[in-house]
Amino acid sequence: MPDYNLSHLDQLEAEAIYVLRETAAQFRKPALLFSGGKDSILMAHLARKAFWPAKVPFPLVHIDTGHNFPETITYRDEYVANLGAELVVGLVQDSIDSGRVVEEKGINASRNKLQTVTLLDTIEANQYDACLGGGRRDEEKARAKERFFSHRDEFGQWDPKNQRPELWNLFNGRKHEGEHFRVFPLSNFTEMDVWLYIQREGIPLPSLYFSHEREVFLRGGSLLAVTDFVTVQPGEAVEKKVVRFRTIGDATCTGAVESAAGTLDAIIDEVAAARQTERGTRSDDKRSETAMEDRKREGYF
Amino acid sequence: MDILRFTTAGSVDDGKSTLIGRLLYDSKSIFEDQMAAMEESSKRRGDAVVNLALLTDGLKAEREQGITIDVAYRYFATPKRKFIIADTPGHIQYTRNMVTGASTANLAIILVDARKGVIEQTKRHSFIADLLRIQHVVVAVNKMDLVGYDEAVYNRIVEDYKAFASRLDNLIDITAIPISALNGDNVVDKSNAMPWYQGPSLLYHLETVYVGGEHNHVDARFPVQWVIRPLSNEWHDFRGYAGRVAGGVFKPGDDVTVLPSGFTTKVREIHTAEGLLEETFAPQSVTMTLATEIDISRGDMIVKANNPPAVTQEIEAMVCWFSQTPMAARGKYILRHTTRETQAVIRDVRYMVDINTLHKVEGVSSLAMNDIGRLALRTAVPLIHDSYRRNRITGSFILIHPGTNETVGAGMIL
Ligand SMILES: Nc1nc2c(ncn2[C@@H]2O[C@H](COP(=O)(O)OP(=O)(O)O)[C@@H](O)[C@H]2O)c(=O)[nH]1
Repeated sequence: MPDYNLSHLDQLEAEAIYVLRETAAQFRKPALLFSGGKDSILMAHLARKAFWPAKVPFPLVHIDTGHNFPETITYRDEYVANLGAELVVGLVQDSIDSGRVVEEKGINASRNKLQTVTLLDTIEANQYDACLGGGRRDEEKARAKERFFSHRDEFGQWDPKNQRPELWNLFNGRKHEGEHFRVFPLSNFTEMDVWLYIQREGIPLPSLYFSHEREVFLRGGSLLAVTDFVTVQPGEAVEKKVVRFRTIGDATCTGAVESAAGTLDAIIDEVAAARQTERGTRSDDKRSETAMEDRKREGYF
Repeated sequence: MDILRFTTAGSVDDGKSTLIGRLLYDSKSIFEDQMAAMEESSKRRGDAVVNLALLTDGLKAEREQGITIDVAYRYFATPKRKFIIADTPGHIQYTRNMVTGASTANLAIILVDARKGVIEQTKRHSFIADLLRIQHVVVAVNKMDLVGYDEAVYNRIVEDYKAFASRLDNLIDITAIPISALNGDNVVDKSNAMPWYQGPSLLYHLETVYVGGEHNHVDARFPVQWVIRPLSNEWHDFRGYAGRVAGGVFKPGDDVTVLPSGFTTKVREIHTAEGLLEETFAPQSVTMTLATEIDISRGDMIVKANNPPAVTQEIEAMVCWFSQTPMAARGKYILRHTTRETQAVIRDVRYMVDINTLHKVEGVSSLAMNDIGRLALRTAVPLIHDSYRRNRITGSFILIHPGTNETVGAGMIL
């Protein structure tokens, strides 16, 4: 008998496609959360495969803090146009203008936390009952217990003590009115798997992921980019450095790493040798040891 | 490179967290910032040395209570394999967590404290591994350093274990390894402290154990997940059935039956976004087209015509109860099986298993949380199934409470 064994990337792909199809089948109105970061790009790529030759049967939703690197938005618009999918944008600025949230003050002010309100409002306004996210279990310890189908109560909250057990490949997406689910098709990918898969599939990425020269300064252990959204304080030295980003999020809290990796091959070598988890470059997780868990409880991505 | 999914079981303080911490640490899967956070936590708790166990203690509530309360997944890779660990706690009350972790595992590591030997918990964990049909078991005899790395102690434990395991019917491959998770003996590298031990280190075993036989490649099963109809000009008449192969091999031209309708036809093409395939097998996700147009929807199953599964409304199954609310005698639940959801009524509890003694307890009418028993169920529509023994995918189901929507039970069809 031939050896019917799939490589690890093929297994992860088959699993993610299965989860995406389950989401389409079990929910009335799913949406795919698209940040323009590599994980959501990979997820959209898998969604195209899952429903091909038909179109992806749900919209891509971008929760926009307004504090973006311009490259992210350019990439997003091109990507969505290519995919032929619908794009829905939830603006954090709208939440601020309508008084739903108050902008943080002080030098470490970030809109990252405010996103949660905009996200939940967008979900409610559009009546999405399942939001696909690119979260992976290897990212952070609070995520290690996350399910593929993660139940949220009517306030969008996650209760880590009261999650539904998930057995075999049987996902329980039943819910009451007003509740919704977060679904994570990439749960079993590690950062390395994501890069290897992107390389194998030849998926184009935003230029921010590759090394380039940029003005940066050191704050709280992270190398932040000089943008219109941060105020460099006296005593913070701005320098030109050759850097790249390992995650792409809000420009006010996504740190760069010094790197000369300009190609996928070089990035993969770098990831293989890396001694810092990718979230280690995000200052929002450093606020307290359980920062991620606290935000997740409130309904963060 | 392929994937090995394994679960770990042991009672409290057998060294499970230390072992996992050690595997991650020695395979360089702990990052600097995680290490720093761990040192910080250790210091705050007043631990003398950095506690590798903290790495696997996920959530705040647990950290406060100092116990693990749920299933967590960990990842590491070596040049040979990617590993997914379902880390489940060893407390008596958490049978359900081990069942959950075991449901997707190819291998179970069962920890035994060398000073205590085979205890009730060891038997309980082995019973669950067996029930869930995990094909490979590693008995890791830990804390060998505390018994002077004594060969006689190890041999006695292995003999005890084998004597007990002979009463289980499925554990086909049992490998015993003497280790010290704390010192790293025989975890990644062979230890000099136990020259009498001729076998492989734990990691070497994990890297090389054969897992190719995990899926059934004999009985062709394709549960339909989603119907793809592009309705575009280019794909005007395309009607594809999307799903994940649950068993066997399908090729274009194969004679197939669609269940439950019983219509027969042939496989026309097997599509993926990359192009057509000449064959497909578990666990691939593909889209099939058929030679004739028949009405097929989610929950139907495409199977090879000469080798059909059972299609019945009466089911006998081993069920583990998950909910704090005990099973209602003659209760009605929602049953999810492959891509199909239906109602089920509990007709009878044939017996309950005392998982400490493996004895059957008859005359019970309900199951409480963490109980395992054999049930007779009747479903509202027929289930298209195989026995769990033959196929883990078409032989498993979950029970859902119709009021709370909670997953309350997990079943393995006999
Ligand atoms: N001497 C010795 N102690 C060990 C060994 N493995 C674990 N321990 C200790 O046993 C205690 C319990 O270990 P832990 O990993 O937290 O156990 P768990 O409850 O199974 O996760 C800790 O104090 C460990 O340092 C070992 O191989 N030798």
